[in-house]
Amino acid sequence: MTTVTDKIATLWPEIALLTGAGACLMLGLSRSLSWRRAAGPVAALSIVAAVALLFTQGAISESGHARAAGPLLAQLGLVGFARLAILLLGFLLTLVAGQLPSRLDPTADPHSPSTPGAPAPVARSMRGELFAFLLFSLTGAMLCAGADDLVWLFMALELTSLPTYVLVASARDHHEAHEAGVKYFFLGAMAAAVFLYGFTLIYGATGTTDFESIRAYLTHQLRPPHHELPPLLTAGILLAVIGLAFKIAAVPMHFYVADVYQGAAAPVAAFLAFVPKTAGFVALVNLTALAGPVHSRPASLTWTLWTMAALTMTTGNVLGLLQDNVKRVLAYSSIAHSGYMLLGLISPPTATPPLADQPLGNGIGALMFYLLAYGLATLGAFATLACLETRGQEAQTYDDIAGLGRRHPALGAILTVCVLSLIGLPPLVGFLGKLYLFGSAIQHGYLWLVVIAVINSAISAVYYLYIVGACYFAEPNEHLQPAPTALTTRIGAAVAAVGAVALGIAGGRVVDLTHHTTAYPMHAQMPDDRLNAMTQIESIEPPTPPQHLHLSSTQNRRP
Amino acid sequence: MDYSFLIPMMVLVPLLGGIGLAILPRSKGDDKAAVQALALIYTLVAFALSLALAAQFNWAHPEEVQFRRHAPWVPDFGLGFGFGVDSVSLWLVLLTTFLMPLVVLGSFSAVQDRYKEFYLWLLLLEAAMIGTFIATDLVFFYVCFEFTLVPLYFLIGIFGSTQRLRAARVFFLYTFTGSMLTLAGVLYVAWHNARITGQWSFWIPQLYATARSMSSHQQTLVLLALLAGFAVKVPLFPLHTWLPLAHTEAPTAGSVILAGVLLKLGTYGLLRFALPMTPHATARFAPLIATLAVVGILYAALICWVQRDIKKLIAYSSVSHLGFCVLGMFALNTVGVGGSVLYMINHGLSTGALFLCVGMIYERFHTREMSQLSGLARTMPVWASFMVFFCLASVGLPGLNGFVGELLTLLGAFTATDLLGPRFAVAAGLGMIFGAIYILYMVGKVVFGPTKSSATHPQGQHHPIADLNWREITVLAPLAVACLALGLFPSPVLQTLEAPIESLTAPARRALQSHAASTPDPTLHHAALITIDPDPLRPTKADPVNLTTAPLAVSPGPTP
Repeated sequence: MTTVTDKIATLWPEIALLTGAGACLMLGLSRSLSWRRAAGPVAALSIVAAVALLFTQGAISESGHARAAGPLLAQLGLVGFARLAILLLGFLLTLVAGQLPSRLDPTADPHSPSTPGAPAPVARSMRGELFAFLLFSLTGAMLCAGADDLVWLFMALELTSLPTYVLVASARDHHEAHEAGVKYFFLGAMAAAVFLYGFTLIYGATGTTDFESIRAYLTHQLRPPHHELPPLLTAGILLAVIGLAFKIAAVPMHFYVADVYQGAAAPVAAFLAFVPKTAGFVALVNLTALAGPVHSRPASLTWTLWTMAALTMTTGNVLGLLQDNVKRVLAYSSIAHSGYMLLGLISPPTATPPLADQPLGNGIGALMFYLLAYGLATLGAFATLACLETRGQEAQTYDDIAGLGRRHPALGAILTVCVLSLIGLPPLVGFLGKLYLFGSAIQHGYLWLVVIAVINSAISAVYYLYIVGACYFAEPNEHLQPAPTALTTRIGAAVAAVGAVALGIAGGRVVDLTHHTTAYPMHAQMPDDRLNAMTQIESIEPPTPPQHLHLSSTQNRRP
Repeated sequence: MDYSFLIPMMVLVPLLGGIGLAILPRSKGDDKAAVQALALIYTLVAFALSLALAAQFNWAHPEEVQFRRHAPWVPDFGLGFGFGVDSVSLWLVLLTTFLMPLVVLGSFSAVQDRYKEFYLWLLLLEAAMIGTFIATDLVFFYVCFEFTLVPLYFLIGIFGSTQRLRAARVFFLYTFTGSMLTLAGVLYVAWHNARITGQWSFWIPQLYATARSMSSHQQTLVLLALLAGFAVKVPLFPLHTWLPLAHTEAPTAGSVILAGVLLKLGTYGLLRFALPMTPHATARFAPLIATLAVVGILYAALICWVQRDIKKLIAYSSVSHLGFCVLGMFALNTVGVGGSVLYMINHGLSTGALFLCVGMIYERFHTREMSQLSGLARTMPVWASFMVFFCLASVGLPGLNGFVGELLTLLGAFTATDLLGPRFAVAAGLGMIFGAIYILYMVGKVVFGPTKSSATHPQGQHHPIADLNWREITVLAPLAVACLALGLFPSPVLQTLEAPIESLTAPARRALQSHAASTPDPTLHHAALITIDPDPLRPTKADPVNLTTAPLAVSPGPTP
């Protein structure tokens, strides 16, 4: 049992973010324009501070663990890696959100007759408090990664989501945004209810909410003759998985995605595509790890995830074909990519030979790498859209961005690189990500799921190519012009595109990092000997499946 | 001295040169001449590098992969930028680097707008094509193979003619879908390899060994996956439908490269991967694939006959010609496969040249309709002589290059009595006759028909049509010389091809013999000896797809 002070000691980065959020909230509501303008830099600074704290903390708290001494980064563990990824992408997202608040009229009233169409007086307005919501949500996602208790996990997930409802509704002065905010809120609340119900069932089955205790209970329970998980627990995990599908935008909770992304301002859509998804996936990794090592998981869980993956990617890609709005296309691509990432979730690494330490086979590492790859590319694409407008409105449709590559070569190139990376075209990072995911899934024997995924990648190329085609082949749209966004938005977009290229060509180190930080199931604090004990118990059991016998024999052979 | 640095230089010069062109600051004045000159210089440097490589190549051992080097990419996955050349690769690299300067030179007048983009994509395409031929790491090969799509997509989409959007999209999707399936197949083989050796690797010889030890059923799956990518690229009937569209809509430079090199990526892939990796499946399916090739030869030839658009006619003739290539390859004997590789080079030269000729006509008349072009021999005698020359080369006139390859592929099919036999050769020979008919019909109409006024004064232009200028002659003359040289002296090339082809086709031939004798193949014995740990990671009960269970997985676990 850890005391409260112990827990707080691991949370300094989150505390830094919260402090920054508080400061932004105060600054953003200040009466002086220059104070309100300071909110953005303060947000960025607090993220930098959080990164710095994360590193010092990583060095202190994890050094005691048995993990092989490696570079500082490798000692972070999955939790640390996820938090680092959230912070880095969060920093980029803050850049992209840049001057978003300044485009809003502080006194915006949707019913007032003066507003429609007329651009807000840029210089005089500033809603700095938006940055506070950004930081709150980032904090929530980071807490999700570090959660070791069901209640904590639930709180963290809600902390991730609640600020995003506000962001969606308030970061754009358009009735679509309000509609999107309301839809997102109600569906989000429903999903929260579903996974909360799942959590209660888990609690009911095991009598505790602490992950460590749940695992201890299961180890105790899984003695022969009961080596099946309690049905109540399985049901709880399944419900939680389905509820969390909302966060990662997967079937059957994907209905909101297109409307919400379309309604939200482009930087906010980028935020939605990365932060809640990361939080959701990290939570899913945590929860599925509760079901034990991969070969003793209940079939229903594997089946559910398998079906979810296949349906999610197919639905996303097929519906993506039908769109003519780039934001909606990116929304459906968000669904489809969640489907690919589910491949990683069902192929977690195991400590069993013969391929115990092979990166291709470590689906969780692949998932983390892919989140990074996907986050960068999607962020770049949405940021490009944020830099453009037609007739005072955000550029959204294929027609809106027609001829982008000719009129604004840099933005066109950024969008193209990001979209090609989403297709998974070598040598961009999306290709490495797909190789990692698909290779891991094949390693676990999901050949047909990989074939489905591969066919889906081919389908997805259709709509991604529409975007590229609109940029370069269509007649330029006369009304397309750069939006009065801050320089930071462009910098964010450029960094994302450069990152997509650089990580593709020189991604070896990052792959190594994702592999080593996730080489064992989440909370690798679950000691190896206990894991071995579990497999040993199974192998002693009377009707021995031959593969387990073999398994232990190979283990013994290991030097 | 170690000359292996030449290979990465060959890739990097066009790659970095192209990127450099693109980010060249937009100058106020007209920088077209400078951009063109730079592009030409980069391609010429690449050509010079490849010549230097050929000079340093040890021709005494052409089957050896020489100048081998390896740079890590993602060591965790066993991925690396491994490269090296044997004689097959080297000849195809030479073909590529030889064609590129001509293509650049040929595009000087055709591309007036957005020229920076144009040369950027051309140079990137060259880098990717060379990369494909030099790769010794399967994923590196795949990366380059796949990346060739992007430049050509843009070349067709931006610089093509009226239906370019559709053509670009269809081209990309067709080939992308196919090659994604190939990737799945590659991963499947690599996974097997990892299970045997405990280590992921994509080094091609390593994967050869693994794939050969797979069961016949698994090899069939792998062959199908490989065919999905390569047969689309070739293109093999009935997967050829993207090609005429792409060829017709592409700008001249795109068509030349497409016909000259990109289609060869498909046949090269078949030769380099399908044959040595899946000998049993290849031996089993060779008659089927050869049948498709023959159907393609005849079908495309018949379609050519009724074309009214010269470019479309040549595009379909490509489908027909590549059929010979595949036919020879799946004869699985040295004659057939050697002829097939020679045919790749020959087809690249003669069809590339034909597309250049048609492009020159299109620049002058803005039409490719045979009905509007007639009697050009009188108005453009120089062009007409080149056109007739390349048409004859393409038809396979003895003495010119097309003849040798065609003859050898047919001979290969004819003599492979245990596999294909005379039936295939005779049917394909019929295609040769059709080929002569449609090409000569086109030549007769366009070059020698009655002179029409539209041919002298197109679209109300009042000045008469000019014949080829010196630049255009410079483009076509080297091609003509090459066609003649390869036609008269094919044996030096063939001799250097023999050894690598021998080693690439040996497993398939051995598999064939064992099938014929209906005794289990020695490699199968070998497979049975390899004991593979059954994958304990795979939940047998929970796993909804159990189709991947390896039939050859022999558990070394304790026997009851």
